[in-house]
Amino acid sequence: MCLIVAPSDLLVCLCCQMRFLLLFSRQGKLRLQKWFTPMSDREKKKIIRDMTTMVLARQPRSCNFLHWKDLKIIYKRYASLYFCLAIESQENELLALEVIHRYVELLDKYFGNVCELDIIFNFEKAYFILDEFLMGGEIQETSKQVVNRCIESSDMLQETMEEYMSKPAF
Amino acid sequence: MSPSVPLQEMIRAIRSARTQCEERGVIQRECAAIRAQFRQVDNGARSHNLAKLLYVHMLGYPAHFGQMECVRMIASPRYSEKRVGYLGAMMLLDEKQDASLLITNSIKNDLSHSNQYVQSLALCTLACMGSAEMCRDLAPEIDRLLRASNSYIKKKAALCAVHIVRKVQDLGELFAPAARSLLSEKNHGVLHGAVVLITELCERNPETLERFRKTVPDLVQIMKGLVISGYSPEHDVAGISDPFLQVRILRLLRILGRNNEAASDAMNDLLAQVATNTDSTKTVGNAVLYETVLTVLDIKSESGLRVLAVNILGRFLLNNDRNIRYIAMTSLQRIVGTDHNAVQRHRGTIVDCLKDQDASVKRRALELSLALVSASNIRSMMKELLLFLSSCPPELRAQAASGIFYAAERYAPSQRWHIDTILHVLTTAGGDVRDETVPNLIQLITNASELHCYTVHKLYRALLNDISQQSLVQVACWCIGEYGDLLLRGECQETEPAQVTEDDVLDALETVLQSHMSSPATRGFALTATMKLSTRILDNVDVIHVGYEFSSALSLKLQQRAVEYNALFRKYDHMRAAVLERMPVIEKNSPGHTNGESAGEPMKEIQPPKVKQGEPLLPQQPANQVCDLLGLLGGSEEPLQPSPAPGLSLNTASTAGGDLLDLLGGLEPTPPAPVTVYEKDGVTLTLSCEKQSDSVLTVTLTASNSTDSDMSSFTLQAAVPKSVQLHMKAPSGDFLPARGAAKVTQMVVLNNPNKVNLKMRIRVSYTSQGSAFQDTVQIDSFPGLSAAGH
Repeated sequence: MCLIVAPSDLLVCLCCQMRFLLLFSRQGKLRLQKWFTPMSDREKKKIIRDMTTMVLARQPRSCNFLHWKDLKIIYKRYASLYFCLAIESQENELLALEVIHRYVELLDKYFGNVCELDIIFNFEKAYFILDEFLMGGEIQETSKQVVNRCIESSDMLQETMEEYMSKPAF
Repeated sequence: MSPSVPLQEMIRAIRSARTQCEERGVIQRECAAIRAQFRQVDNGARSHNLAKLLYVHMLGYPAHFGQMECVRMIASPRYSEKRVGYLGAMMLLDEKQDASLLITNSIKNDLSHSNQYVQSLALCTLACMGSAEMCRDLAPEIDRLLRASNSYIKKKAALCAVHIVRKVQDLGELFAPAARSLLSEKNHGVLHGAVVLITELCERNPETLERFRKTVPDLVQIMKGLVISGYSPEHDVAGISDPFLQVRILRLLRILGRNNEAASDAMNDLLAQVATNTDSTKTVGNAVLYETVLTVLDIKSESGLRVLAVNILGRFLLNNDRNIRYIAMTSLQRIVGTDHNAVQRHRGTIVDCLKDQDASVKRRALELSLALVSASNIRSMMKELLLFLSSCPPELRAQAASGIFYAAERYAPSQRWHIDTILHVLTTAGGDVRDETVPNLIQLITNASELHCYTVHKLYRALLNDISQQSLVQVACWCIGEYGDLLLRGECQETEPAQVTEDDVLDALETVLQSHMSSPATRGFALTATMKLSTRILDNVDVIHVGYEFSSALSLKLQQRAVEYNALFRKYDHMRAAVLERMPVIEKNSPGHTNGESAGEPMKEIQPPKVKQGEPLLPQQPANQVCDLLGLLGGSEEPLQPSPAPGLSLNTASTAGGDLLDLLGGLEPTPPAPVTVYEKDGVTLTLSCEKQSDSVLTVTLTASNSTDSDMSSFTLQAAVPKSVQLHMKAPSGDFLPARGAAKVTQMVVLNNPNKVNLKMRIRVSYTSQGSAFQDTVQIDSFPGLSAAGH
């Protein structure tokens, strides 16, 4: 949240948004990474290390919110996967939990009782779904059905185009 | 959709590798194959290869050689290739890579593609990794899409515009009109995007903010629709209709209502409605309530609404869900300054949260509790805080300890309570307190003179119990050293009587000295204390042996101290009593002052000697004073026969610290008062001098004018005997205003190496009322010179 104190003050904050989303297993293996701000490879690697260490060290029934540098880290465990979302310090943490939950629901609808293996072997689909739900660090579509329909249509398009051009499917 | 067989085969192969080395081998082979394939012409398997490469990249292996392939794939007419190409671009390219510019053209073309899913790919990629240049290039396209396309594209274009504005702020103006019109759309996705875009524009530009204030009624309308509307299957989440959109609208309202009465009024009713009607049984409802509370507290809301908001937070505090308790405390922390009384009402619950299992909750509870301490609740709060300190996680100890000290300092109901509290903290968490605690506590103790007996007894007992907490031991040693006589007296009003013999005390100090747990600083304290006791205890003077051991200690400070103390026993035994006298009350210093300096008081001015000049005498000081003393005395040939006056003051036991400085004062020349050397026709000339060294003397001449008319061109000239060197510094001015309004000073430096009898002739010349005046005066004696016994 930007704090504009008075019309004459112009405080330019980076933005109110999500910074990154990571999915990793209980052993710390990365399954998905989405970065919403440009970062060097080194920084990304460091963040991944920090996140996995911090989140995996948490007690089972702790609070789902952590502080890391100037960001809030919202994490939640679904089966064997940890979903880790970093948001700006002024964002609504409870809503971030809902965002994570919504993404899990979308994956579940698409894969049918999604499990970690689905995401491993079809990681590009997980990305496509994410890209229909979030964009530029903000929520893109608030309706589950709309997102699902779009993904199905895109898949359809891919298949029909392939069939039409009589080339093997993806 | 059928999966990619080649991709899945590779993934299986990598996963079946049993060691890291094996995995690396598989990946190297695969990457080599992929590279080879990239170099070939279009073979229909391109998307598989790039997908494989992206998987390898996610495992952490280098994949930069795929960047150009991404560029090629994006330009392909096939949707499947575009899809993977754009995904690759988002994963492998960022604005820092040169290759990213190459896709600008493809993106441009795809933005006007006939198929919306292709357009969507381009928009998504632009919003993900578009550089400032790309954004500038494509902004007009985005604006066009914002106005004329279907909802699917509009919502993506809106978020793309958000990214563009973040990268290139000036382009905000371009999107403002389109953003405004999007608010009338029905599609939730588009509405959400519009609200986000407007939020971004308002945050970056205050003028835009002003203009968008007019949209408050529209936003209120939309919000009302969401809250009151019946069940909508598309957007329902646990009974709340589109909570994501609700939260975004609330946040925009917050920005628009901040610092603006009119806007805040317009949204008052709505906020009250949301606050009361939202179902709070599930997280999602609480998310909306939370955002409402944040908005209410940030805008200029009615007091009734504010109370409602704080009560919601209070309810959150009692929620079973730890997350909700956590955010309640975060929010209360933010408003504890402004709405202190409202938050105080929930103090009980907050203090209970100190006992929560979760470390994050504990931390928040600690911060909030410390903020809620006040004069009326200090006793009960301190009980809870001290209880917390004894069982809190180690990472919070330092914060808790310093918070407790601060609170105790501000609100201590009595000195005894204050000292007790500090002692309690030192016993529980002595290792985590800051360094200033020791001198602060010592100063506090000296100030509470009627509690000296009580304090020293308590500290002695604490010392017997445990000598591992350095800060506690240091304070205890200091007190025993200072007030050892009170300790030996045995009776004390406030504690049970205990028979303490001299041997007990010395043994205790010896234990500290010898213990491996004591740091060098602590040992120093103990050593000094032992020395001090030598003047307070009547019999036991074989204390002297302790010093010898430490003259070869490893720590330099300790060594120095030991040697000095030994000297004090041998050569300067007659001074020992005075040097080790009881210290004066240390005056309170503000934290900004450093030890050993009083702001603004020059140490050289020792006339007349006041007790105030003893400040701040901190525990390390006595040794330094002794050192100084020995240094000075060591300099002269005769052992301590400077003048009768200091010798006399040695034997008179008067208020301590002043004596020490009297000693120094007697040895240093005091700068004497200025002497009037010339007074005629309203011109007064005073002279003061200061010895800089053996032969150098600085003379300051000050002139003033007591007549009713100003004097101009006022100059002084000086002449001295031949062997004396004269150097006149620049005068402060040559204008003497009437009636002594200002003075003129002239500094003269005289060097008298042959030590002849010093004389000076001064010529005064000035112009007054149009006529010139001139006079001469001879100075035969200089104040202060004779007193130094030159």
